[in-house]
Amino acid sequence: MYVSRLARSVLGAFTALVLLVLYFPIAYIARLSVNTAKTYAWPPRGFTLEWWRAAAHASGPRDALVRSLETALLASTIALILGTLASFALTRHRFFGRNVVSLMAVLPIALPGIVTGIALNSGFHRVGVNLSLFTLVVAHATFCIVIVYNNVAARLRRLAPSLEEASADLGADIFQTFGYVTFPLMRSALVAGGLLAFALSFDEIIVTTFTAGAGFETLPLWIFNNMFRPNNLPLVNVVATVVVLLSIVPVYIAQRLSDGVVGATGH
Amino acid sequence: MSAVSLRGVTKRFGEVVAIDGIDLDIEEGEFFSMLGPSGSGKTTMLRMIAGFELPTSGTISLHGRDVSKLPPFDRDVNTVFQDYALFPHMSVAQNVGYGLRVRRVPKAERTRRVAEALASVRLNEFGARRPYQLSGGQRQRVALARALVNRPAVLLLDEPLGALDRKLREEMQVELKEIQQDVGITFIFVTHDQQEALTMSDRIAVFADGRIEQVGTPADIYERPVTPFVAGFVGTSNVLQPAVAKILVGRDEMCTIRPEHIRIVPTGTQPNDDEMQATATIRDVQYLGAFVRVRAEVAGGVSLIVDVPSTTSVSASIAPGEQCELVWRRDYVRVVEHFNSTDTGRTT
Repeated sequence: MYVSRLARSVLGAFTALVLLVLYFPIAYIARLSVNTAKTYAWPPRGFTLEWWRAAAHASGPRDALVRSLETALLASTIALILGTLASFALTRHRFFGRNVVSLMAVLPIALPGIVTGIALNSGFHRVGVNLSLFTLVVAHATFCIVIVYNNVAARLRRLAPSLEEASADLGADIFQTFGYVTFPLMRSALVAGGLLAFALSFDEIIVTTFTAGAGFETLPLWIFNNMFRPNNLPLVNVVATVVVLLSIVPVYIAQRLSDGVVGATGH
Repeated sequence: MSAVSLRGVTKRFGEVVAIDGIDLDIEEGEFFSMLGPSGSGKTTMLRMIAGFELPTSGTISLHGRDVSKLPPFDRDVNTVFQDYALFPHMSVAQNVGYGLRVRRVPKAERTRRVAEALASVRLNEFGARRPYQLSGGQRQRVALARALVNRPAVLLLDEPLGALDRKLREEMQVELKEIQQDVGITFIFVTHDQQEALTMSDRIAVFADGRIEQVGTPADIYERPVTPFVAGFVGTSNVLQPAVAKILVGRDEMCTIRPEHIRIVPTGTQPNDDEMQATATIRDVQYLGAFVRVRAEVAGGVSLIVDVPSTTSVSASIAPGEQCELVWRRDYVRVVEHFNSTDTGRTT
């Protein structure tokens, strides 16, 4: 398509502006984590690794990191199992209520986190389950499943049905066909879905607020609870930078592996 | 004993009858084609022999053994798919060796047979490549090798040449036929291309609306079509409705005559004893390379298609509006039955 030079430069400038607005604040936080001053004052001054050293030795952020990793790992594992099963059922078979189930499986990603959080919170209380790691993992799994489901279902839809037929035709039974043909061809979609689910759970805060047990602080919660304490501000900057880095890596890998279906955003 | 026997095979998808009570025997070592337009049921029939679809009723036997209810992996047939269905995550050699691997053939024998199979389709050097690194014709040959390496009793081919360009397709037709004669395996070949079916087959079944219109050798099908559908689908035919046939050929039945069996001669020429003739006006002329296709109108507003070889002196003098005589031999006129009521003797 032909685009005039003027249009091209206007579009280029606009794109640059949007990206700047998106990423400058994040870059600024990272810069502040090595700032000598303790405030958000502009311009940043000096360079020090003192805050990183302090953060490494502080028990608060470290415990929170372990809890976040634990939660994300468990939630994405559950999501991988249930999301994969759901995508097979919903793409390969026709049954009564299929469209309803499909919609209900995808819906949690679109529901406002505050609603999911409050609903689960009151639900857990009603059935008498105390808030804990378990309730947090269940809550995170509700939207992590969607990510895995979307990735795997997209892959299954693209997989030519004749490949599995060819495998059966050449003498492979159902298990051989799955092991030699279907699974290898959907492996990268599983990895992509799992990583994205992990990233989503790792930095989730709203649902977490309502479903984590008292004193159970994940990394995002720790940041939220400490950002208004001036003495802890440099540590918050360090932790925020770590969270960003830990979220970028899996999303980057996932995007390279997936078919460009990087799940819906929402939370 | 027949390689494949079909008895009363019927397949319904909901209300739609895809295959309507087919009886057919395909002999050992035959190159058998199922020819028909899209939606005629030929591919469904092939998929039922392979085991991807189960018949609603009727039986399918391979070498006398009823396999109607068996899954694909328990049938001694292999398929060459229309889209080749090569496994994208495996090399060419792994693709070809797949059937041997899942049947737990020892590694040494597997390697040897894969090499043989690749050699038989002239792809010896390509074992390490991935399918996406091959051309369409090469993928086609890999698919063939992958099926033949298992030495199936019957090889099923679902429009395997459809995706190739014309030149390559003609080369592959010759090659396929040679391979079939070398290995001596029964081939069942599905196609909508009548030329392809005529060129390659020992016998052809012409499908229409889930039924078989005619089974026979290419010469039977072309020269002695038994229904107007076959006459129209295989090659080009003039189909004469009974009323017209009565005037032109003196028979009160539906008849057909091939365009190449009619000659154009100057007005006033006397026909021989075994010939018939009709006065006509030339309506239009199409140059088709080897021959000229003429539409000539005879009495009663009926048009006949006549093919005149480009080399004859007549072809140069033919022009729209000219008067002429059409001449044909009596024995070239075929009487056809009309048991396929949906068809109206079209010419394709």
